[in-house]
Amino acid sequence: MNIETFGRRLRAGDTTVERATDECLRLIEAENPRLNAFILVMADEARRQARELDRELAAGRDRGPLHGVLVSVKDILDVRGVPTTAASRVRDGHAAERDCPAIAHLRQAGAVFVGKTNLHEFAFGTTNEDSAFGPARNPHDPARTPGGSSGGSAAALAAGIGLATIGTDTGGSIRIPAAACGLVGLKPTLGEVSTDGVVPLSGTMDHIGPLATTVADASLVYHALLGDPAAPTPAPLPMHGLRLAVPRPYFLDLLDEEVRAAFDAALGRLRAAGAHVDEIEIRHAPQIAPVYLHIVLSDAAAYHAPMLDAMGDRYTPAVRMRFEMGRYVLAQDYVRALAGRQVLTREVDAALAQHDALILPTLPIPAPVLGEQSVQIGDRTEPVRNAMLRLTQLFNLTGHPALSIPCGTTRAGLPCAVQLVGCRHQTDALLRVALACEQHVTM
Amino acid sequence: MNIDAWLAAAIADAQARNLPDLKPLLEALARATQALRSADFSQSVARDEPR
Repeated sequence: MNIETFGRRLRAGDTTVERATDECLRLIEAENPRLNAFILVMADEARRQARELDRELAAGRDRGPLHGVLVSVKDILDVRGVPTTAASRVRDGHAAERDCPAIAHLRQAGAVFVGKTNLHEFAFGTTNEDSAFGPARNPHDPARTPGGSSGGSAAALAAGIGLATIGTDTGGSIRIPAAACGLVGLKPTLGEVSTDGVVPLSGTMDHIGPLATTVADASLVYHALLGDPAAPTPAPLPMHGLRLAVPRPYFLDLLDEEVRAAFDAALGRLRAAGAHVDEIEIRHAPQIAPVYLHIVLSDAAAYHAPMLDAMGDRYTPAVRMRFEMGRYVLAQDYVRALAGRQVLTREVDAALAQHDALILPTLPIPAPVLGEQSVQIGDRTEPVRNAMLRLTQLFNLTGHPALSIPCGTTRAGLPCAVQLVGCRHQTDALLRVALACEQHVTM
Repeated sequence: MNIDAWLAAAIADAQARNLPDLKPLLEALARATQALRSADFSQSVARDEPR
């Protein structure tokens, strides 16, 4: 069920928020032992919210499209009255005094919060394996990662728990799990949604955004996160004449063959529907990973240094070592990386000047098996983390809005996804492209 | 500081702090730093900056 369908049923009296909440809580009870998607289930608070929203609707107060919509929240955003663990023992004893602005906007819009979801510790990883609460698992194959770092969020929604979930994205942490679990994931333009009240990974690259089952639902939740829940869903752009650009060198050099086939098939369907697809080059693409690494390590180390000194043994070992690595980046190299970031931003801007969106795969591989350190792609062996970040991290550096849409599955039934990237500060325009493409891309 | 000297100092510091598991990560960071320093960003930025 999507948000629009739920709203129709709710307003027709076919269901109530309380009934939907009870069903959702039962589903969490049934699925969470298998998926480990939730760190905290907020059953009592969700039921209280649900009863109040039912009373409001009966009294004629309708908060809009998110009235009574069940939402889970990555446990790195502050929700009042409950801990924000960031999946770390470092945060033991924390309790949020107030909602972060994004959550306050959702609460005002009528969302019901069912729980806080698992993540890679401090959002610093792509697999969700390093969590103080154990790994979340992919509903399509529980032996595999749901992606990360918003892995619990994606696992929950893909299992049918709630109608949307809120994630954060510093290198792909919304889009990667969306792709791994067969969902839509939107990273808005950098800075659009306030990240106050979020435990930072990189203060210069963190984003908040929704994962949902359709582009229209992602649009509704995105506008609610901005504090504008009544904003109409943008109209799809006409497919005929839609101008898309594939950044082929680097981005398509290293793809699993089934992912490549799914991407090529999606491009074929878009062309058949009237889209014009060009190929372009991002000249400095080979430098994306080193630029990203030096910035994210430095930003993260700046925040974590006091905690690493005071309680380093409370981190999971792998995440602790990555934060420690950031303490060795030299200032001169950080400044070089900032210069690279500027150049890459201009190159993406230039690529978009003549196009409505860039289009590329979201993940070069299907969801890896939990515990794998490296993956074989063609004749190359790549570290899992490098492979999973390869196609998403550029747009955290540049701040362009980016959205992942499912585009079929592998023979083993694992989701594949395409990523659409739009102009900075034009997230609605990207949503218009995505709404046009969705039916042709999604199998 | 050149990368070899930086890496030797970083590994020695990590050992002194009883963090031997950092060594392979620092070696990977050194490779990334080498790639970063080899790029021509300063020229590209300077060319595009308004004067």
